[in-house]
Amino acid sequence: MTAIPLGTPRRLLEFTLDGEPVRAPEGSTILDACRSAGKDVPTLCQGDTLTPKNACRLCVVEVEGARTLAPACSRGAEEGMRVRTDTERVRHSRRIVLELLASSVDLSTTPGVAGWIEEYGAEPDRYGPDAARVEEEPRIDNTLYVRDYAKCVLCYKCVDACGDQWQNTFAISVSGRGFDARIAVEHDAPLTDSACVYCGNCIEVCPTGALSFRSEFDMREAGTWDESAQTATTTVCAYCGVGCNLTLHVQDNEIVKVTSPHDNPVTHGNLCIKGRFGYQHVQNRD
Amino acid sequence: MDLHFGDSKPTDEERAAVDALLGPPESSWEGADRSDADLRWARGGREARARRDLLLPGLHAVNDRVGWISEGALGYLCRRLTVPPAEAYGVATFYAMFSLKPRPATVLHVCTDLACMAAGAQQLCEGVESRLGPGSGVTVQRGPCLGLCERAPAALAVRAGDPVRTAVAAPATVERAVLTASAPGSAAEEPPAERALPQAGDPSLILLGRVGVADPADLDDYRAHGGYTALRRAFALGPAGVIREVTDAGLVGRGGAAFPTGRKWRATASAPDTPHYLVCNADESEPGTFKDRVVMEGDPYALVEAMTVAAYAVGAHRGYLYLRGEYPRALRRMEHAIGQARARGLLGDDVLGQGYAFDIEIRRGAGAYICGEETALFNSIEGHRGEPRSKPPFPVEKGLFGRPTAENNVETLVNVLPVLTMGAEAYAAIGTPGSTGPKLYCVSGSVERPGVYELPFGATLGELLELAGVREGLRAVLLGGAAGGFVRPDELDVPLTFEGTREAGTTLGSGVVMAFDDSVPLPRLLLRIAAFFRDESCGQCVPCRVGTVRQEEALHRIAERTGAAAGDDIALLREVGRAMRDASICGLGQTAWNAVESAIDRLGAYE
Repeated sequence: MTAIPLGTPRRLLEFTLDGEPVRAPEGSTILDACRSAGKDVPTLCQGDTLTPKNACRLCVVEVEGARTLAPACSRGAEEGMRVRTDTERVRHSRRIVLELLASSVDLSTTPGVAGWIEEYGAEPDRYGPDAARVEEEPRIDNTLYVRDYAKCVLCYKCVDACGDQWQNTFAISVSGRGFDARIAVEHDAPLTDSACVYCGNCIEVCPTGALSFRSEFDMREAGTWDESAQTATTTVCAYCGVGCNLTLHVQDNEIVKVTSPHDNPVTHGNLCIKGRFGYQHVQNRD
Repeated sequence: MDLHFGDSKPTDEERAAVDALLGPPESSWEGADRSDADLRWARGGREARARRDLLLPGLHAVNDRVGWISEGALGYLCRRLTVPPAEAYGVATFYAMFSLKPRPATVLHVCTDLACMAAGAQQLCEGVESRLGPGSGVTVQRGPCLGLCERAPAALAVRAGDPVRTAVAAPATVERAVLTASAPGSAAEEPPAERALPQAGDPSLILLGRVGVADPADLDDYRAHGGYTALRRAFALGPAGVIREVTDAGLVGRGGAAFPTGRKWRATASAPDTPHYLVCNADESEPGTFKDRVVMEGDPYALVEAMTVAAYAVGAHRGYLYLRGEYPRALRRMEHAIGQARARGLLGDDVLGQGYAFDIEIRRGAGAYICGEETALFNSIEGHRGEPRSKPPFPVEKGLFGRPTAENNVETLVNVLPVLTMGAEAYAAIGTPGSTGPKLYCVSGSVERPGVYELPFGATLGELLELAGVREGLRAVLLGGAAGGFVRPDELDVPLTFEGTREAGTTLGSGVVMAFDDSVPLPRLLLRIAAFFRDESCGQCVPCRVGTVRQEEALHRIAERTGAAAGDDIALLREVGRAMRDASICGLGQTAWNAVESAIDRLGAYE
């Protein structure tokens, strides 16, 4: 039996969400409350295993009495608060944020975003053909994974996962400022010259496919990547005794990538280089 | 954490610059040569990481000595402070004054912002660039406001070395700017601070009364002119009494947000977490603002005393003065004043013999407007990228180093002195019931006598402009700086109070008043404002990072068009502007569309 830590019981807060009274445990965010109430709030930078960075501003909601909109992912629910998640003002901001993002980076591998663009009526093309975009060649400097910053929305999740929130390797950070800000290792060197330990936890949290397995990248290039034909099987890593869970994504009887369940109370989706990338021996049939 | 520092080695000079700041390394763990003893002990870890806040001073040390920051220098600094190199690289690339690529030792910063632009910065830049081409040993860097608007156009030369040399050319001709850059050591001394005060000598001045009267380098002179009476009164009243007095005086923050100072101090003082900090925001980077510079250059002890009073009130024993990197003379004056005050027992373990300990540390900014945002400023001091934090929690609960912090700007703090010396009641009688006390204004642009003006709240914009001698053909007045809004020449009767400007649909902001006559094309001004925000956005949140770019693009498209042809892009500007205002993390993104909006709506910029 897996032990599931429940934590100490928490007091319930009462507030209104779109006019309906709701109750949420003390310490939850507006987003938590929205999700328990079955409301869909779009987010890109929010991660289930990381402290919210509230950088994408897609999840903004209207809190009565506040001058500006509040990010649902990080604003804590407060007793008596009145929150609206679907006003014209909220929809306007979400639409513009989607347009700004989709007009500046390549969201073709971002799950969910196409649906939001349709739902909010965003028209990324209206900024004209000369609108500034992040146009960079994918960086392929090692055999394990590829960095494609033309797809990066600067959600900071990889920085947090590499840094003090998970891996404590601190190999990457944000460099530069404004539109020129980029995720980078020191002096923007190749990954192989950096502190990277190739745990791949940054790939695990990347919401857009800016970081991807070399296998996935190559198959997408070749046009053979087909998620619908893949199966995912969760098993236990065989390398050491920690017992991390691995989810093997298999296409045509080949492992094409490895993820890890985020709800595992020990690893929360984190793996090491062996669990994440060391699967060649499984399919070595010679 | 297992840090990876790479193989690059610092040069002797870079090592010396870092060691001058941090002291020599004690072991190979910190970058010294390896000795046998090092195998038996380890230093670093938590103790070394706690010095992360020395990262920005360390970057300054290298940049000041060498002119740029090499891989070896950055690696050595990281080793000394146990900072991951990737993070230090992220911090170093955040600031405009640092370079991570080799460049000549001398950098000439030429201001191209609003007041300088109206005074011919474009021609100045072209002239200077053609004279100081490649091989001249000078990098010409066009940049935002240098805070010398009363002497526009302005240029600042910084020559790396030991010591670093700085010199200002303002008002700058091509000749003077080139001369200043080629020999910063022998450049003419800047005019004294009081030359920026057209009202100098007026006995009714409350905040500026000592500027030009008392010697800014002489503590005794400061005391002879009423210095340190406010601190004595503060000690007599006790911390709660000081807060009561400040609250009763109705003092509100002068940085633009107009938050009641007494309420901020009370919340900080009563926060249970310790230690408490006081931060003085002297990162005055709003284009058109230079009042804090004039106060620090002309009356530095007043700020030292005011910070001591504020710290005493909120229960802080350490104060940080975050001074913008473009103010070398203000830095020298404040360093001198703090040193003198410390030597005379007015700072240190036992201030004025009252058993209260307080000291001030100066932190230099490095060219980032966003660091004027209070939480971005905390991140900057702590050695992180100057990105704003999301609020709540507010600084009074979790501010600098995660502790309760009161942050005030220079002008706000300096107001505390008259509050205590004249008493809350007399202070509150100045100005209007809603906006009490005196207010400083930075007047520049098309006026005969640009400079810092002190007037009681409630004077009208027209009265202020008359005082400054507004020139013929006034087209527009920018109130509150780039984050403020434009006012028409027929609206000059707007009273300069927080409530009056709000009623008129504009803002007082930080007290910037820039007059523009019809010789300056409005679309070019707006383009400069848009470029400013695009340049200064930290890049953390999407509405600001991309929105400021889209705003500038649209303004470029309509720069030459008016009427119906501009209609689509104006509609687009409104939509993007609204989302920036609603959804950005901090004030920079939220206000980036104010001036443009007001130019469209109030001035009919594209009709």
